[in-house]
Amino acid sequence: MSSGELPGPAPDERMRPEGRRNTQGIRIDPEAEATHQPRHAVLSALVKHEPGVLAEVSGLFSRRQFNIESLTVGPTTDKNVARMTIVIEEPEPGVEQAKKQLRKLIPTIAVEELKPEAMRRELALVKVRAEKPDDVQSVAEMYNGQAVDASPNAVTVEITGSKQKIDAAVEAFEQFDVEEVVRTGAAALERGAETMDANGYASEE
Amino acid sequence: MSERAFHQDPEPEPPAEEDEEATDDAREVTTGAEAAIIALEEAGVDMAFGVQGGAIMPVYDALYDSDIEHITMAHEQGAAHAADAYGIVSGDPGVAMATSGPGATNLVTGIADASMDSDPMIALTGQVATDFVGNDAFQEVDTVGITQPITKQNYFAGDPDTLGADVSEAFALADAGRQGPTLVDLPKDASKAETDVQPISPATPDTYHPPEKADEAVIEAAAEALQDADQPAILSGGGVVKGEASDELRAFARKYEIPVITTMPGLGTFPETDDLSLGMAGMHGTGAANLAITNCDVLLGVGTRFDDRLTGGVDSFAPDAEVIHIEIDPAEINKNIYADYPLLGDAERVLEQLDDELTDAPDAETWREQCQTWKDEYPLDYETPEDEPLKPQYVVERFAELADDDAIVTTGVGQHQMWACQFWTYTEPRTWVSSNGLGTMGYGVPSAIGAKLGAPDREVVTFDGDGSFLMTMQELSVAVREDLDITYVILNNEAIGMVRQWQDGFYEGRRMASEYPWIPEFDLLAESFGARGFRLEEHDEVDDVIKKAREYDGPAVIDAIIDPGENVYPMVPSGGDNGLFALSEEQLDNL
Repeated sequence: MSSGELPGPAPDERMRPEGRRNTQGIRIDPEAEATHQPRHAVLSALVKHEPGVLAEVSGLFSRRQFNIESLTVGPTTDKNVARMTIVIEEPEPGVEQAKKQLRKLIPTIAVEELKPEAMRRELALVKVRAEKPDDVQSVAEMYNGQAVDASPNAVTVEITGSKQKIDAAVEAFEQFDVEEVVRTGAAALERGAETMDANGYASEE
Repeated sequence: MSERAFHQDPEPEPPAEEDEEATDDAREVTTGAEAAIIALEEAGVDMAFGVQGGAIMPVYDALYDSDIEHITMAHEQGAAHAADAYGIVSGDPGVAMATSGPGATNLVTGIADASMDSDPMIALTGQVATDFVGNDAFQEVDTVGITQPITKQNYFAGDPDTLGADVSEAFALADAGRQGPTLVDLPKDASKAETDVQPISPATPDTYHPPEKADEAVIEAAAEALQDADQPAILSGGGVVKGEASDELRAFARKYEIPVITTMPGLGTFPETDDLSLGMAGMHGTGAANLAITNCDVLLGVGTRFDDRLTGGVDSFAPDAEVIHIEIDPAEINKNIYADYPLLGDAERVLEQLDDELTDAPDAETWREQCQTWKDEYPLDYETPEDEPLKPQYVVERFAELADDDAIVTTGVGQHQMWACQFWTYTEPRTWVSSNGLGTMGYGVPSAIGAKLGAPDREVVTFDGDGSFLMTMQELSVAVREDLDITYVILNNEAIGMVRQWQDGFYEGRRMASEYPWIPEFDLLAESFGARGFRLEEHDEVDDVIKKAREYDGPAVIDAIIDPGENVYPMVPSGGDNGLFALSEEQLDNL
C-alpha cells in the first residue's frame, strides 16, 4: 500500500550538524551531560484583589507542571491589591518560565523572585497530647512558641518562624505524640527599605 | 463611526431625552444586554456567529435593534470556528455567542483552537441567573472555570453596570499584544437588569503591557551575530501574520539575502515563489527547510513558539545555531528553545530595529547555493500514473493553479491538511486558515464560512478530509442559507487517513478504528443541503470538475475519491531529528 519513495539523498547521506541541545532547548557540549538541579525559589506577586485570582494562579501552576511547595495569599494596604507568596522547586529554566507565565496572567500586577536572604516566615499550629504539659511548655519555649489552647487531653502550640525552624519544632514535639499539624506556608518580604510596586522591587532612594 | 458618550469621567452626562442628536447616533443603554451589544458596536464589530438559547436570550434580544449582522450557525463549535477564521482573515476579533451549559461547552473546542493559534476572538456566553449560580441549575456550567486555561482572560459579568465595560475590555484584550480569545459570561439577570451606564471605549487593563521595542543592547549583539553568520536562516511564524510584519520580513530577507523557512501558521508570510523561500519546516515540511533549519548557524525566529511539530526532538533542533528570537510574548522566550538573543517586541518594529543596526549582509553565498541544492534534490513530488486512483496531491496542485492568486485556503486536520500545505503555493499572509496548534478535525466547513464572510471578495476553498467533514458538515446548511461562494474539496480516502498512516508506520498496520466501512456519498449529501455536489474519481476529470465547482455561484462540494493508500511524506517522526526526515515508509522504519 505504501507510496513510492520521494527523490533525494537518504537520511545517512545528508549534511549533519555536530552539536545538540538538552531537554530545555539549550545548546550544550555534546560530550557533557546537562545538569540543571532543581532549586527553591520564592516568588512574590502583587495581583488584583478580585474573585478567581487564586484559582487562576493555582490552575496555571498545576497545568504547566510547576512544582509548588507553598502558596499563600492575603490582602495588602491597598484594598484592590492582594499579595501572593509562592515557593516553587524547579530547575533554572522552570523558575524563569513560572515567573513569566505568572506575569502573563492579566490580573497580575508584578512578580519578583525574592533574594535568598529575604525574610521568610510561616506559622504552624501543633496539637499534641497533653499528658506532660510542663514538658510541652518547655519545648514550646525553646521555639518561642506559645500555647493557644489547652484541654485535659491536648495542647495546641503556635509557632512562627522559618520553614526549618518549624520542621525542627514539629520533630521535637513528636515525643508527645503530635495529633495534628497545620502550616500556612511561607510569607516573605525582601529585607531593607525596598518595596514592591507595579514595576517590581525598587530601592527607596 | 459616531462618537458616543463615554462614562470615563465622573461628570454626569446630560440625559438622552434632552439631546435629540445624541439619541439619533448613540442608542442609550437601558439593560446590561444592551450595554454588551453597544460595547461590541463601539469596538467596530459588524458581525457575530452564534446559536440562540435560554440564558443568552436577553443579549440576542438586544441584537434585534443592532446593526451587527448575526450568522446563526448549526452548532456552537461551528460558531467558534467561524469567528476564529473571521478573525484570521480580517485581523480583528471574531465574535462567537452561545447560551449557558452545553452552548458554552460546545464553544470550548473553538476557543482552545483560537488560544493555541493566537487568533483574536471574543466569546459571549449566557449564564444562569446569579441567584442560581453554584446550585447546579438547569443548563448551568462553570464556564469561567472551564475556559480559564484557554482564554487570555475571562469575565463573570454579574453586575449590569460594569457588564458593558467587561465586554469592551475583553474585546481590547483579544486584539492587543499577542492576540487570543477572551470570554465574557453573562448571567441572565445581569443582562436583563436595568442600567444606564454606557460602556467605555475598548481599552486593555492597566496591568497589560505587551513589549513594543526590543532592548538596544540585545539588538546590537543580535545584529553582530547575524552579520557574522555563515549559514543564516529566517524562521517566519504566525506572529508575522498577526503582527502585520510580512512586508517588513520580505524586505529584510531580500536585502540581506537570507533564506526563509516558514512554520505552518507562517505560511504566506514569505512568498513560496521566491528564490529565497525554502518552504515549511517540521514534521511534514520540505527537505530543504528541514535541512536548512538543522544545519544553520544563526536562526532568526520571528513570531514563533517553536512548537514540537516544528522542532521535532529538541536535542537535534538547529543544534549548531545561535537563536535570535523576535517575540511579543515574554513567556515564549526560552520556553521550548533557548534564545541566545531574545528580542521582545512587535515583530515589524523589531525587524526595523535590526535592519537599522545591520551594516552588511552576512557572507552566505555558499550557504545559499547549498540551500538551492537541497531545493533541487528534495522536490515535493508524487507519482501520477493516470490509470491508478486519483492522487490527492494532484487535486491540490491543480486547484492552486486554477484558483485566484489571493484565494484563501481553509482546511480540516489530517493528511489532506498536510497536502494543502505542501502542494498549494502560498504567497500572501492571511490566505492559510487552519487549525495549526490544536489540530481540530472539523475545522474546515465552519472556518470557510467565517473566512468568506470576513473576506467576501476573495475566493475561498476548503480542503477537507472525509473524517473531518463528517464532524461539522451540518454547517453546510449555513453556507447554503447565507449563499456563500465556497468550494469544498473532500479528499476522500474513507479513513482517518493520518491515523491510518501512523498505524501502518508505527503500529504494525493494526488499523484500529481508522477506516470507515461505510460513509455517505458527499456529493449527494451536499445536494440535499441545497449545495452543488460533484463526484471526482478520474485523473483527467480534475480540471473540469474544479472549474465547474468554481463557476457555481454558491457552496459546492467536490467529493474526490482518492488513492486510499496515499501517505504524507517527507515525514519526521514525533520527537525525531528534522534532518533525518523520511522520504518513504521504508526510510521511516529504518530511522
